[in-house]
Amino acid sequence: MFKVAKLQRMVPNIHLMEVEAPEVAEQVQPGQFVIVRGAEGAERIPLSVADWDRKAGTVTVVFMEVGASTGRLARLKAGDSIPTLAGPLGKPTAIAGEGQVVCVAGCYGIASMMPVARALHEAGAEVTVVLEARSRFLLYWEERMRAFAKRVIIITRDGSSGHRGHVSGLPEILSQAGIKPNQVMVNGCTFLMSRTSGALAGLGVPITVSLNPIMIDGTGMCGVCRVTVSGQMKFACVDGPDFDGREVDWKELLARRKQYMDEEAYLCHRASCAREA
Amino acid sequence: MAEKKKLDLTRRAMPKQPPHIRRRNFSEVALGYTSELALAEAKRCILCKKPTCIDGCPVDIDIPAFVRRIADGDFVGAIRKLKETNCLPAMCGRVCPQESQCEAQCHLHKKEAPIAVGRLERFAADWEAAQGHVEMPEMRAPTGKRVAVVGSGPAGITVAGDLIKLGHQVTMYEALHEPGGVLTYGIPEFRLPKRIVRREMDYIRKLGVDVVCNYVVGRTKTLDQLLEKYDVVFLGTGAGLPWFLEIPGENLCGVYSANEYLTRMNLMRGFAYPRSSIPIKRHGRVAVFGGGNVAMDSARTAMRLGAEEVYIIYRRSRLELPARLEEVENAEEEGVVFKFLTLPVRLIGDDEGWLKEIECLRMELGEPDASGRRKPVKIPNSEFKMPMDAAVVAIGNSPNPLIPKCTPDLKVNKNGTIAVTDVKTGKTSKDRVWAGGDVVTGAATVILAMGAGRAAARSMHEYLTGERLAGTTSEVTTQG
Repeated sequence: MFKVAKLQRMVPNIHLMEVEAPEVAEQVQPGQFVIVRGAEGAERIPLSVADWDRKAGTVTVVFMEVGASTGRLARLKAGDSIPTLAGPLGKPTAIAGEGQVVCVAGCYGIASMMPVARALHEAGAEVTVVLEARSRFLLYWEERMRAFAKRVIIITRDGSSGHRGHVSGLPEILSQAGIKPNQVMVNGCTFLMSRTSGALAGLGVPITVSLNPIMIDGTGMCGVCRVTVSGQMKFACVDGPDFDGREVDWKELLARRKQYMDEEAYLCHRASCAREA
Repeated sequence: MAEKKKLDLTRRAMPKQPPHIRRRNFSEVALGYTSELALAEAKRCILCKKPTCIDGCPVDIDIPAFVRRIADGDFVGAIRKLKETNCLPAMCGRVCPQESQCEAQCHLHKKEAPIAVGRLERFAADWEAAQGHVEMPEMRAPTGKRVAVVGSGPAGITVAGDLIKLGHQVTMYEALHEPGGVLTYGIPEFRLPKRIVRREMDYIRKLGVDVVCNYVVGRTKTLDQLLEKYDVVFLGTGAGLPWFLEIPGENLCGVYSANEYLTRMNLMRGFAYPRSSIPIKRHGRVAVFGGGNVAMDSARTAMRLGAEEVYIIYRRSRLELPARLEEVENAEEEGVVFKFLTLPVRLIGDDEGWLKEIECLRMELGEPDASGRRKPVKIPNSEFKMPMDAAVVAIGNSPNPLIPKCTPDLKVNKNGTIAVTDVKTGKTSKDRVWAGGDVVTGAATVILAMGAGRAAARSMHEYLTGERLAGTTSEVTTQG
């Protein structure tokens, strides 16, 4: 069992969980993920690592409450235990040591982008962080990013903070600010990653996305996380999770991610009437 | 001779759930012998002077001795005899291909009525469990040596069980949240109930093996890091990387690897959805590609989930099916339709990315190929389509490359299997590291993995203590 050290709501629907897992904390690198089960009988869900403390032996993940299993996670409290936290899994993100890197993040991806952006800065790259949200009240960790990012650009759909609009306006925003990236990193929901990849493909630089398909084991065994990249079948769990967003078949990934949506919705509906104690 | 007169050639059938009932439930198909049936079957054994059945057993079970004890009504003695060389009799009795191993070597095989060794083995193990008192074997004094076993499937369990009895301290690491490997995630409930796997795992724990789940060796700790803490390491990580057909449309929704399909049901218990919180789809028409035991398991699982039509699509003919005959017959009885000499060439989806049709090609059999089986040859212009809601790809697995990838000095063969310097010992190219089971042979059977585990355990023990264990053989047979 793994003890939950902290559980905190960051913004509506997005929660931070810190778990005691010393061996994972010792090994984890930016861009990797862990497989978590919030209770016996619950699904195995992959969550990107948002931070860690090697001394304290803790690993932090940030997740969005979307279905039955994440709902159960969100109801945990500090001091509770979870039966599974396995990892770190996936290849660590390749960290460029120089040049201009633009890190675009939204939703739960803001958290998993943080260690990547921090590592980029520490390695010597000039980091621009772009945070995207529907509204100001859904933003978090802006200050944490400012601690190492050269600049932080905010885009909100309703204009309540920073630029009004969404990531498709990025080419203009970047050129106005005189930013010519050598590399773009994107973390967030599939939609954000596909949109950003499309919008910035014209820059002609690598666009590293951190894919988040459905997984079971996370070690290459089940094959459910397969994605098409440059026409080739890849397993996001072992070949990724990072790929070049310009080469990903986004339509396929979006469809595959939605495979169990009806069943998930039914579980949530059921849980709302007959919620466990 | 009097003996000849007595020769009983009626192999006692094992009671089963009737097909029309069992095709819609996940309970065990075969119900096991009663004591009366077991006694009658065991008494058929002619106790030959030179028993050949043992030669067919990869873990050298003294078959005549345990069968004799059952015939005498000494069930305690029978299970004790079995456990001398096999720590997993309840499982082997269920899933070993006895028809090509011990039973194929039985003298009564020529008369088409070999002793039902597997059923008797299962009976003895189940009888012991039903009594509630599981006997502990003799344990040697602690040696102070530390052993890590990576993977908790049949090979790993055998190594752990053998070495703990010899006094070594054993830790077994499992990446998933429950131990058992393929016994837990792969073989379905209706063929190997998970309570039996848990029972055998409890036994291993009672022996003193420390079982650590949720631990991905290669990631949580590398092999080299393990070697800092342990004197020797055994790799029994199995064959868990699924093959795909590499045809268009394989990433459509509704197309599964057999690993995903079966893991969702067996390890995650998705069949209980929506009582379990593991979402699954109940498809109407399901095609399973492949002809092995995993294909049969997938097809029969689909049937139990309520499918109206289930097809096994296999490119060769019935004769070449690699699955156990018993499983093929079970599948047929349950209503699975076999499409032989048929090759899937394209999977066609709808606008939402869901599978809607499969396109196949007819085949004919040509000359024998490297495997000795007649090679299927495509018949030109024989394409045809079948409407289909789901497809399960069950054409095989290669070893998981995770550990070799992060261990540069561990030699691997071209097909991804770990290279061993000696098949009789399972010693790898890396100092203090042994390997066995599917990770060395490629996907094979539970019992062959156990045989390899047994051989590796002997070799590891010899390395640790200098003692060479006496025993009938330490060879790993390649039969089966």
